[in-house]
Amino acid sequence: MPASESYPDDLLYHPEHDWARIEDDEAVLGITWFAQDSLGELVHYEPPEVGTTVAKDAPYGEIESVKAVSDVIAPLSGEVLEVNAKAVEEPEIVNDDPYGEGWLIRIRISDPDEADDLLDADAYRALVAEQ
Amino acid sequence: MTTEPGRAWQDVPLLFERSQPGRRAGRPPRTDLPVPEIPESLRRARPPRLPELAEPELVRHFTALADRTFGVDTGFYPLGSCTMKHNPRVHERLAALPGFRDLHPHQEDDGAQGALELMWRLQEMLAEIAGLPAVTLQPAAGSQGELTGLMLMRAYFADRGEGESRDTIITADTAHGTNPASVTMSGYKLQKVATDARGNLDLDDLRRLVNERTAGLMLTNPSTLGLFDEGIEEVAEIFHDAGALLYYDGANLNAVVGISRPGDMGFDIVHYNLHKTFSQPHGGGGPGAGPVAVRDTIEPYLPVPRVVRDGDRYRLDHEAPKSIGRVRGFAGPFGVFVRAYAFIRAYGPALREMSEVAVLNANYLLARLRDVYELPYDRHCMHEFVLSARGLKRDHGVTALDVAKRLMDYGIHPPTIYFPLVVPEALMIEPTETEPKERLDGFVEAMRAIAREAAESPEVLHEAPHGRPVRRLDEVRAAKEPILRYAFEEPAVERAARS
Repeated sequence: MPASESYPDDLLYHPEHDWARIEDDEAVLGITWFAQDSLGELVHYEPPEVGTTVAKDAPYGEIESVKAVSDVIAPLSGEVLEVNAKAVEEPEIVNDDPYGEGWLIRIRISDPDEADDLLDADAYRALVAEQ
Repeated sequence: MTTEPGRAWQDVPLLFERSQPGRRAGRPPRTDLPVPEIPESLRRARPPRLPELAEPELVRHFTALADRTFGVDTGFYPLGSCTMKHNPRVHERLAALPGFRDLHPHQEDDGAQGALELMWRLQEMLAEIAGLPAVTLQPAAGSQGELTGLMLMRAYFADRGEGESRDTIITADTAHGTNPASVTMSGYKLQKVATDARGNLDLDDLRRLVNERTAGLMLTNPSTLGLFDEGIEEVAEIFHDAGALLYYDGANLNAVVGISRPGDMGFDIVHYNLHKTFSQPHGGGGPGAGPVAVRDTIEPYLPVPRVVRDGDRYRLDHEAPKSIGRVRGFAGPFGVFVRAYAFIRAYGPALREMSEVAVLNANYLLARLRDVYELPYDRHCMHEFVLSARGLKRDHGVTALDVAKRLMDYGIHPPTIYFPLVVPEALMIEPTETEPKERLDGFVEAMRAIAREAAESPEVLHEAPHGRPVRRLDEVRAAKEPILRYAFEEPAVERAARS
């Protein structure tokens, strides 16, 4: 069942429709409800390798729907600690639960100050409303 | 085979399902050549499993598939960026002239003068159309033209000692997907430049991106939004001032032939899609051709062989020490050359009328649809335009996909949808110069009717198409669980032996 539209207040957002949940010096990353809704049902998730680094604003993986293949943009820089294997196996869980079971990677944050550039939920909601 | 009344249209069994042991559609003559010795280890254990049918059943199978197929010969086919124009039937007669059709690819130049002359004349005509002096006919398709163009850039910079330092190609965020793919395949890094509010390249963004590491730009003009870039001369200046090159993706050339030339806009390398702009039965992987034209500074690197004229003789020239080499076997897709040559010669000096009518048709549709579908960039368009079904989605939950599927019920091929990616719920419509006004009006009526249906009975659109051989296909399942081979029923003993 596709999730209904929401942008949780405890997340930070990147304008390319990615979110980060900061947990001490680590962060969990994923794509927003708007991103998965625009793409439609996902058929493939190509994750980065554990141990590689991701850079803020640069792509770290690919997601594919029947409409398009899209880069996934990193909202923060860091080292990849974990990839969500379930999202690789069943990418549709990103549609069903984009902020929960449909997370994409967990990183160790290399530059905590980068979080200052990200949007809070209200600012991101305003951005989505313009789309 | 079905016996249920009314089901015959839906069911076309596979050839394997119609197969009956011992049936034959033809018998090849008994060979009188010596049979080569094949080592025992290389021989297959049993004959290949081929479907066995008599000729009438074979013909009926393919006729049934053809009956269910929609093409530009069936009806309106406004598939944006694909330029689905009419294919004049005289082309088939010309391409089948025995002197063309039966020519062996290894024929000596002396015995192929007519074919070589046609290729040389086509090179000359294409050079004039692009406004660039030198042409290779080799690339087999637009995508291979792109790759060839980038290989030419690489050879050009390597020759100038800049092969290592220039490592980045810039593409538009509206670019055809082949552009970034070609950039990656040719070993360059990719950067994307944004589109501004008028649908032009964002010049400020561009100035920020272009530097001494930039090898070039890949751009289609008009863009995939169907808009002519108003800043193209400034764009060319930014790249040339940085020592970089400009590549023109010719996918949208149908908008500008005889009106403006990529070479005059500042482009250094251009590919053509002969199968789009100059007619050719295409789609479904049919034959294409992607010739490439270049500025004189890049000519030394063009693929070999090229057709040259010595006095009144024509020959294939293999002598080019700086050439990137061959990009395709033999001289290129020759049948496509014959059709493109015939197409251009038939128009003659009036060739620009082709583009003028294509642009007029697109603007007529745009003017008659803009009050019911959103127009993200409010400008006159070129040969195609992009509407958005965003309003239908917001107000009625009807998507661009629903609109496209419903158009099939009106006997119209859907436009390209969800592309370019910068437009949500995009519908990319290209009527081509082929269509008379009554066809355009029929499309307008269908699109307006669908917008009304979206408001009154959206479920009809969600479930469309209703009147086609198959209903809404499960695209997600097709992507995730493709069936790529026929599932033979194997005797258990063979299954056991294999596992």
